[in-house]
Amino acid sequence: MKVYKYGANVDTDVIIPARHLNDPSPAALASHCMEDIDAQFAATVQPGDIIVAGPNFGCGSSREHAPLAIKSCGVKCVIAPSFARIFYRNSINIGFPIVECAQAAEEIQAGDQVDVDFSTGVITDRTTGKTYQAAPFPPFIEGIIKSGGLLNSLKERGAAK
Amino acid sequence: MSMTMTQKILARHAGLDHVDVGQLIEAKVDLVLGNDITTPVAITEFEKAGFTQVFDKEKIAIVLDHYTPCKDIKSAQLCKQARDFARKHAITNFFDVGHMGVEHALLPEQGLCAPGEIIVGADSHTCTYGALGAFSTGVGSTDMAAAMATGSLWFKVPAAIKVTLKGKLQPHVSGKDVILHLIGKIGVDGALYQSLEFSGEGVASLSMDDRFTISNMAIEAGGKNGIFPVDEKTMAYIDGRVHRPFQAVEADPDAVYASEVVIDLDKLEPTVAMPHLPENTKTVTEVAGLPIDQVVIGSCTNGRISDLRAAAAVMKGKQVSPKVRCIIIPATQEIVLQAMKEGLIQTFIEAGAAVSTPTCGPCLGGHMGVMAAGERTVSTTNRNFVGRMGDVTSEIILASPDVAAASAIAGCVADPRA
Repeated sequence: MKVYKYGANVDTDVIIPARHLNDPSPAALASHCMEDIDAQFAATVQPGDIIVAGPNFGCGSSREHAPLAIKSCGVKCVIAPSFARIFYRNSINIGFPIVECAQAAEEIQAGDQVDVDFSTGVITDRTTGKTYQAAPFPPFIEGIIKSGGLLNSLKERGAAK
Repeated sequence: MSMTMTQKILARHAGLDHVDVGQLIEAKVDLVLGNDITTPVAITEFEKAGFTQVFDKEKIAIVLDHYTPCKDIKSAQLCKQARDFARKHAITNFFDVGHMGVEHALLPEQGLCAPGEIIVGADSHTCTYGALGAFSTGVGSTDMAAAMATGSLWFKVPAAIKVTLKGKLQPHVSGKDVILHLIGKIGVDGALYQSLEFSGEGVASLSMDDRFTISNMAIEAGGKNGIFPVDEKTMAYIDGRVHRPFQAVEADPDAVYASEVVIDLDKLEPTVAMPHLPENTKTVTEVAGLPIDQVVIGSCTNGRISDLRAAAAVMKGKQVSPKVRCIIIPATQEIVLQAMKEGLIQTFIEAGAAVSTPTCGPCLGGHMGVMAAGERTVSTTNRNFVGRMGDVTSEIILASPDVAAASAIAGCVADPRA
């Protein structure tokens, strides 16, 4: 539940540098996650930890490898005031939760212990005792996340052969 | 109810008379694109989900362009996976080494994008085809898999920013300067979740290659798409390339825009973006003289024939500085041939530049021009993020072909008008 904190415009090139895109296996992506912005991240991150960052998180390339790398590290979610739109789509499509909340993103500090309740959108900083309310997903998008991603939701609907 | 160009295209493809900003819709797509990095991930997801058939083998384009000709064994495996899938499903528009080009230069050239169409691509620069009056946008690999299986995709209808262009570009100022200037003005998230809709009398003076460059970098302002009105130049470009019916759209005169930005082309200076964000713009005169180690001219942003002509005009009869490695990458095979016919390749080689087969290569630090620690490149590509073209301490300055060519000769950032 520990928080890793980064600034604005964290781009997909620092989340997973292109030199590592020649191996898209989850383990390989996880081992290089955040390498160019935080060389210690991949070695120290624990399952359940949370990334908190500034606006426009995930800008740049369309590489789904970026949310995949973060998800494969066991990170529970990313909290930011805003996300680059392709990163936003990709996260929802692979069933990885992202949370838009400007106040939480600003106030929560690196190392804080934080809980997120996805069903209510309530973020609790146990270190400071403060709580925050994130913007809820529209029902359509919540449906995709609940199905475990876009392809699962399409299969449930019998949308293709 | 009035609509923007983007709203009209989305509404038609969703089978609706009208769509509102913020509405979530499911729309049919006319083309689904992927490359050698994103397609393998899409194939894995497609097969894992149990899909066995693509929706239309003629409406999928797979272009092996990022790490090709393959730079290492792992990238060769990725290409093989994409190649095997393309053959298995008899994908019509599969482009391998010898036929491929940088995808966003290749697809319009091959007539695969037309006004009024929806094109989605598992590559962020898919927004390039907005230059043709299409709605095109970058998506991820799972989206690509879903679109390959079903022929449709979910979208949120974006609000639009109207970008009004006035006047006419001056010598040595091009589409790259327009888009860098715009990103500098509104920021890398200035168009987040929004559409950039270009308009105004200045549009007419822009060549198609200028428009491709401008739409290409809409994503660098966070934009969902960047779309141009369809005019005589658009129609002349697609004449002989597009052999199917299409329906161009126009924005309603009373369409609603969230905001408006006006750019006076007459006053625009050659513009560069300093490390490490495309919004860190300066006029070239402000940073001229900064020493550099490498120049890259190419990419989906600036590897087209007009770009090579502009660079060759600056370099003709001169020599690349001994301090600089200059790498020139025509974006497609057709562009290579045209550049040969016009003597541009000879100009580059005589000047001491290296000329490469088409590839995305150095733009994403893949191969063909990766930087060592502390080095600096002037590049006509689209991103100057930390570590994008090599070591984390290397630097990229984004610029037009004119500025890049002048810098290659001078050995430092240089003004092509000087």
